[in-house]
Amino acid sequence: MQNNKNNTEFNSETLSLVNRIINRYPQGKQKSAILPVLHIAQAENKGWLSAEIMDYVASLLDIQPIEVYEVASFYSMFNLQPVGNCMIEVCQTGPCWLKGSEEILAHFEKRLGIKPGETTADGKFSLKTVECLAACGNAPVIQVGTEYHEKITIEKADELLEKWQAENKCSHTNPYF
Amino acid sequence: MAKQILLNNINVPGLASYEVYRKLGGYSAVEKTLKNYTPDEVTAEVKKSGLRGRGGAGFPAGMKWGFIDKSTDNPRYFVCNFDESEPGTFKDRHIGQLNPHQLIEGMILGSYALGARSSYIYIRGELFYVLRIIEKAIDEAYRNGFLGENILGSGYSLDLHCHPGAGAYICGEETALIESLEGKRGNPRIKPPFPAIVGLYNCPTVVNNVETIANLPWIMNNGADAYAAIGIGNSNGTKLISACGHINKPGIYEIELGLPVKEFIYSDEYCGGILNGKKLKAVVAGGSSVPVLPAELILRTANGEPRLMSYESLSDGGFQSGTMLGSGGFIVMDETACIVKNLLTFSRFYHHESCGQCSPCREGTGWIEKILYRIESGKGSMKDIDLLTDIAKHIEGNTICPLGDAAAWPVASAIRHFREEFEDHIKLQRCPLSK
Repeated sequence: MQNNKNNTEFNSETLSLVNRIINRYPQGKQKSAILPVLHIAQAENKGWLSAEIMDYVASLLDIQPIEVYEVASFYSMFNLQPVGNCMIEVCQTGPCWLKGSEEILAHFEKRLGIKPGETTADGKFSLKTVECLAACGNAPVIQVGTEYHEKITIEKADELLEKWQAENKCSHTNPYF
Repeated sequence: MAKQILLNNINVPGLASYEVYRKLGGYSAVEKTLKNYTPDEVTAEVKKSGLRGRGGAGFPAGMKWGFIDKSTDNPRYFVCNFDESEPGTFKDRHIGQLNPHQLIEGMILGSYALGARSSYIYIRGELFYVLRIIEKAIDEAYRNGFLGENILGSGYSLDLHCHPGAGAYICGEETALIESLEGKRGNPRIKPPFPAIVGLYNCPTVVNNVETIANLPWIMNNGADAYAAIGIGNSNGTKLISACGHINKPGIYEIELGLPVKEFIYSDEYCGGILNGKKLKAVVAGGSSVPVLPAELILRTANGEPRLMSYESLSDGGFQSGTMLGSGGFIVMDETACIVKNLLTFSRFYHHESCGQCSPCREGTGWIEKILYRIESGKGSMKDIDLLTDIAKHIEGNTICPLGDAAAWPVASAIRHFREEFEDHIKLQRCPLSK
């Protein structure tokens, strides 16, 4: 267990970021930092929140683990199961649907051989459907990490996929940098 | 070209940097206000301007500020609602990404008026790339003495921070946003007490939308009267409209309130008409939650008057024949769009986004999604249509927050105006418009 715990801990650079964030809130209100710190923890933990990493976040914020679990399970950006190295999130709400998001999703499903919520066998890609990304003027829209890709066509989807495959794209990077 | 308050410099290269914003006259409103106005005089000015909340509800901003409890020594908070998530709405991102200093300048003015010493910009987690732009701009504002201790020697001090959400539409509801900012699940609070009395950390708090706040520098620079002179009736000023769907020129437009809807849809200055010369079928004028209107009712009111882009004109006729300006999320559908399928995507959205506190919303949104799916896939029965109306009626008004209403209105309005299309799905046992 001790080894596991050491792997979970943030390095000093990340810890100093976390401390800067905690200091944005009044003294004693460090629980406010829970969403930003969970975003960082998820990125550091290959894109998902394990019980260990959530316990670690609880210890950093000096709150009970349950306070972290109940928040993590509420917000759709937090993954409570392992995900692939590169997670492709496809918007499926009205404005994107009007501009062909179903065809884009079907294309990703076909190319990757997985359905939304699944990960490819090699662990490289996960597919997820998401609700409105607030970029409807450039629909259809997908998100990968903190990048938006807008006005997606089948050709553009292929180009992106090939690029990500070639560079072994990881979408789980610290969102603050 | 209509009066531009928010987008007049939006295409200037480097506008997101302090230098360019400052060179264009940026932060002059802060200089003027901290020198010449007391906080209460700022509130009075905003009240007089008639500026209404641009997040969707259209509540007078100055009046909301006026409710803040200044009777105790408790800290007061000013919070920017940048949780832009209402389907069809993508205007705030535009400001945050391209003109973050105008938002920051507005935050300083609002914070000063309310006596806030710490203010937060709550931005949806998906927009981390915008958060990084704003944080950089905040750093620049600190370095140049517009944030931090004793701003411009006025004795007024302010700290401003960004706070990311994590994928929850409900956090756009102001009390859910406050809960989320406190590090909890985004469950809306029962009101009263309103945030102006008991808000963030139980302290007096005002939450305003990005666009509302971005108007403040102009109002303080040019005066309330100049602002009130723009617009029509009780719809003062300009409004950002984010237009999407089947139009030639999707995008963000700043209109003077009162512009005819017809001009907005068909003029080359705005949407540029319907894509591929097709016929206009329906419009959702103010974000997914407002009632959908068929072409004839969005262009003209039931009385035959030209429909205008204003709070009053869009709601003319109530929900029987009108809709709402809402957030300005303008979704256009041409003759090929299936009203049932579009509604299904909205209803799936509200089901997904319901926080689950109130049973009418938690259960009802799920039932609506299921029934719509059944109808869209050709397995519905005629009774389903009235069942949908009945469920929507039982959600509306029976929940802690307006998400229930937002889920109910699109359903009720789609059936009110497009009942035949629902019936066709059931008779044909398939979507009559699917390819």
